[in-house]
Amino acid sequence: MRARPGVRARSALLGVAGVALLALVWELYKAVGPATGVVVGGVTVLPRTSDLAMPHLVTMFARLGDPVISTPGSPMLWSAVVGAAGFTLGIAAVGWIVGVVVGFLLALVMQRFRTAESALLPWIVLSQTVPLIALAPLVAGIGSQVRFGEARWQDWMSVALIASYLAFFPVSIGALRGLESPDAAHVELMHTYSVGWWKTLIHLRLPASIPYLLPALRLAAASAVVGTVVAEVSIGLSGGVGRMMVEYASASSGNPGKPWAPIFGAIIIGLVSAGFVAVLGLALARYRRGEVNA
Amino acid sequence: MTTEPLAKPAVLVEGVGKTFDVGRGRSAGTVVALDDIQLSVATGEFVSLIGPSGCGKSTLLRLIADLDQPSVGDIRVFGKTARQARIDQDYGIAFQQAGLLPWRSVAANIELPLELHGIGREARQKRSAELLALVGLSDFADRFPDQLSGGMQQRVAIARSLAESPELLLMDEPFGALDEMTRERMQGELVRICGETGAAVVFVTHSIPEAVFLSDRVVVMSPRPGRIVGIVDVALGRTGDRDDDLREASTFFASVKAVREALHGIPAAAITGVETR
Repeated sequence: MRARPGVRARSALLGVAGVALLALVWELYKAVGPATGVVVGGVTVLPRTSDLAMPHLVTMFARLGDPVISTPGSPMLWSAVVGAAGFTLGIAAVGWIVGVVVGFLLALVMQRFRTAESALLPWIVLSQTVPLIALAPLVAGIGSQVRFGEARWQDWMSVALIASYLAFFPVSIGALRGLESPDAAHVELMHTYSVGWWKTLIHLRLPASIPYLLPALRLAAASAVVGTVVAEVSIGLSGGVGRMMVEYASASSGNPGKPWAPIFGAIIIGLVSAGFVAVLGLALARYRRGEVNA
Repeated sequence: MTTEPLAKPAVLVEGVGKTFDVGRGRSAGTVVALDDIQLSVATGEFVSLIGPSGCGKSTLLRLIADLDQPSVGDIRVFGKTARQARIDQDYGIAFQQAGLLPWRSVAANIELPLELHGIGREARQKRSAELLALVGLSDFADRFPDQLSGGMQQRVAIARSLAESPELLLMDEPFGALDEMTRERMQGELVRICGETGAAVVFVTHSIPEAVFLSDRVVVMSPRPGRIVGIVDVALGRTGDRDDDLREASTFFASVKAVREALHGIPAAAITGVETR
């Protein structure tokens, strides 16, 4: 059901409060924590509080307003981060779309043919146990042998493919549950109307699957972003926030605010993609009637 | 019986039996849900199936609806096989659960069968408006099912079952989930609707007064195996002409008594012979 305005304002306020609390804890620990960090039995359980390890929040944000490097003509850090975030978001979006389409088609096949469900589902679950880092160079290696006429396989395609590899999983599972969610009574009703699988899909299973599909799409969006960032690092594709994180982390030992900039970029990507799925959910609100939680 | 000799019966069930396989391995076996069922429902006739749980009354309805197939015997609906009758949409059906689609408005739910069978938008809207008026929900066309009470939802489901003007209605305890007061009001509505549409009805229930109030004939069934143990003719006049006053009439109580005795195993011939004449 739709949330009342009061409830919505309350949850927005709580969200802001959560971020503020995180900032407060950061600065508080930095102020009172020991410079060497908290060490228990030789294991550092809380980080050192030096300006290098834990820069002030102000330092992080102020750094965004400075040029990337000191050479003249260098762009501002924030604009470089926004550009990189846009690049990564674009690849993640391609990966998300491919993952959603593949995941949904797999769910359809599994719903249609019982045997396909028994045959495919274990492999789908198993596919997610393959470590991403191991997969990335492999995909890039195979990709380099692929040509479509004149066009060649690009590195960004490998990254998008790996993103889709993570994104398809929640969609296939969520969509399958959703497509199988209608009551027996509804399925029998369609049978009494003597309509086939296709019309039953369009008029019953597809609308019924939406409450299950939306959380899956949200998960898929998060997975696609993580997959893109990790694959950028692993394959060595420059231009996105993944590569930027590695570059800034190694190059900026005297510049503690700088490595945080691409992390903010990654947060922006996450917010944009989550926001996109939320808007999608609003557009499909009529199919979510009677949904228990948002 | 009162069957008109000219028309084909709405439903003709001949020597039907149904067995279900249950369990696996060593405990595997069969359960006889229905055994040697003979039943004929004339066009425009209201017939109730009544009996305790497990007597196969719902199974029999499902067989007529072609939601399941009989193990032996033959079922004809308007002279066709049950399967052909389903394909030709000769019947409308309503279940205990209203079974409305939550994402469709009330009007769109009623129009569902029409939409599925390719009826144009204008004709659909006209028909759903008629049916909404028939079930007294004209003001609720744009509401959604979760905004309606249980009784209203069931009225929408009945309107939906009437969408394609079927000559036969199959109803499986449609009022079973409603409270007693709503239930009586809905029975009154159904009597009126049947009078207006002239459709034959096969109505599954386990309420004796409900069966008597609605029906031309009450078919009494017993469980294990599911059999027809008696058929009570209810001499209360045409279904469409009945009203609530009838619930107080002595003929009504006589029929209730006859059905109850049939349920408790007193030979059917003795009942129909003595009580309803």
